[in-house]
Amino acid sequence: MKFILNFWVELGNWLEGVLSGWGVPTWGVNLIIDIVVVLILLIVGIMAVLIFTPMERKVIARMQDRPGPNRVWPYGVLIALADAIKMLTKEDITPRKADRALHMLAPLLVTIPALLVFAVLPFGFRVIGQDLNVGVLFILAISTIHVLAILIAGWGSNNKFALLSAFRVVNQLLAYEIPMVLCILAVVLLTRTMSTQGIVEAQTIPFFLVMPIAGMIFLICAMAEANRSPVDLLEADSEMVAGYMVEYSGMKFAMFFIAEYVNMFAIAIIISTLFLGGYKFFGLEDVAPVLSPFIVFAKAVFVIFLMLWFRGTFPRMRFDQLVSFAWKFLVPLGLVNLMLAALVVKIPAANPSTVPWIQGAVMLAGNLIIIAVAFLILNRTARRVDGPSALKRIVATER
Amino acid sequence: MTVSQGVFIILGIVALAGAAGVVLNRNLFRAALFLILSFVGVAGLYILLEAELLAMIQLLVYVGAISILIIFAVMLSRQMMSSGFQARNSDWFLGVIVAAGMFAVLAIILLRVQWPTADSAVPKDLISQLGQALVSPSQFALPFEVASVLLLVALVGAVIIAREK
Repeated sequence: MKFILNFWVELGNWLEGVLSGWGVPTWGVNLIIDIVVVLILLIVGIMAVLIFTPMERKVIARMQDRPGPNRVWPYGVLIALADAIKMLTKEDITPRKADRALHMLAPLLVTIPALLVFAVLPFGFRVIGQDLNVGVLFILAISTIHVLAILIAGWGSNNKFALLSAFRVVNQLLAYEIPMVLCILAVVLLTRTMSTQGIVEAQTIPFFLVMPIAGMIFLICAMAEANRSPVDLLEADSEMVAGYMVEYSGMKFAMFFIAEYVNMFAIAIIISTLFLGGYKFFGLEDVAPVLSPFIVFAKAVFVIFLMLWFRGTFPRMRFDQLVSFAWKFLVPLGLVNLMLAALVVKIPAANPSTVPWIQGAVMLAGNLIIIAVAFLILNRTARRVDGPSALKRIVATER
Repeated sequence: MTVSQGVFIILGIVALAGAAGVVLNRNLFRAALFLILSFVGVAGLYILLEAELLAMIQLLVYVGAISILIIFAVMLSRQMMSSGFQARNSDWFLGVIVAAGMFAVLAIILLRVQWPTADSAVPKDLISQLGQALVSPSQFALPFEVASVLLLVALVGAVIIAREK
């Protein structure tokens, strides 16, 4: 019974026992277990493509009142497999004047960091690739390689649209990284740890309920980082064809495609780890730890559904609006939230068990006040000009 | 030779090869990419020394910010984009002298100084200790604040310079 309830940890222990029973030395046992863990994480990451492409197409189709893919049995859910076969058989073209080595390097560089992030994502108590004490920083550091990969793709293709898209990368991704870091800092302040597993363990109340501001900012920034519509201006097809991907075909394009979905999955798991309580679900993870990966997965699917909902609902933003929205709205809001978190951490409490509840209540009250004030300011500014929407006025650039 | 020595040699080769690539490559964009390779090698060395925080900051600041800025500058300057850019100019002899002098000074320092080694193992909660040290008035609160004010001044200055008149 214990074996089934705590399946994932017990499986590791069992494998370790069997291997040592065969007379494998300790370093060999650790090596084999590490390789198995890496393989599992890689497969989980790549499986995201097979699961989320049909999901995206079906959900978006539903929102746009059309059937979506419905030919590949059953209900078109195997469309990803058909896509994969199509990609494999396509011709791989490198433009004659492109920088061959860099053109080749970019698809690799974009896929590797997307998969590397899975090393620190917690799928349950002790069910984690590597519990780094700088886990959150690791995620941020690795995701900068993504920026680099897109720059290389844009430059190496020797194409004007690709180069323009590479210029946008620096503007968009770096602008949205800053509010993202501010939100992560607020979480780290409240939990007093940078390890991803520690953050989940320290989260008595899901942080989305404690600081909705940070949660929303993080979601928006994550969508901008993962380059999802309505903030997918790096590949905005109506402005720059497909951006940095325009010269890629066949499997190289498929690599970009895979990286996008793996990124989306990883970001959904990061959001559920930082803001939705990770593998915790009303004590269920203590009763049956075997379920914790499924809890994480369910939360990730929910977050991805939110992203698709945004995509199906909002039109694509204009580029200058997008950038000034980050700098003039999200960054100040994130800063205020961070300051509030720094104050809340200092609240003295007699009984340590009530600390998270007191902190949570004060934090939530402060967040609601900040939201109210922010929208009051937006409304004031909007009334002064004859704009239809308050947000539009604020994010419009001063020309 | 232990495993960590082997890893050290590989990472050292990566860092040095990257550095050599920066100097020898005639294409500026590729040179910037080699610079990133070198930074990554150094970050690997930090991880080998169990300084994970430093390694992550190295990746975040040098690879994520400074290198991207360099690449952006390279991409924005039109003359630099052509691959036939000269790697040498008329001052190469002076450059060699300066570099050789620098190398000699560093080599002498490395060989002469008795480097202190820690007696005990590295403490576990190093990151929180570092954080405490940065804000405690008896340690590094003043330099930390001065540095942040300096960065703020640079930020304001950049905005003023960039602003259209």
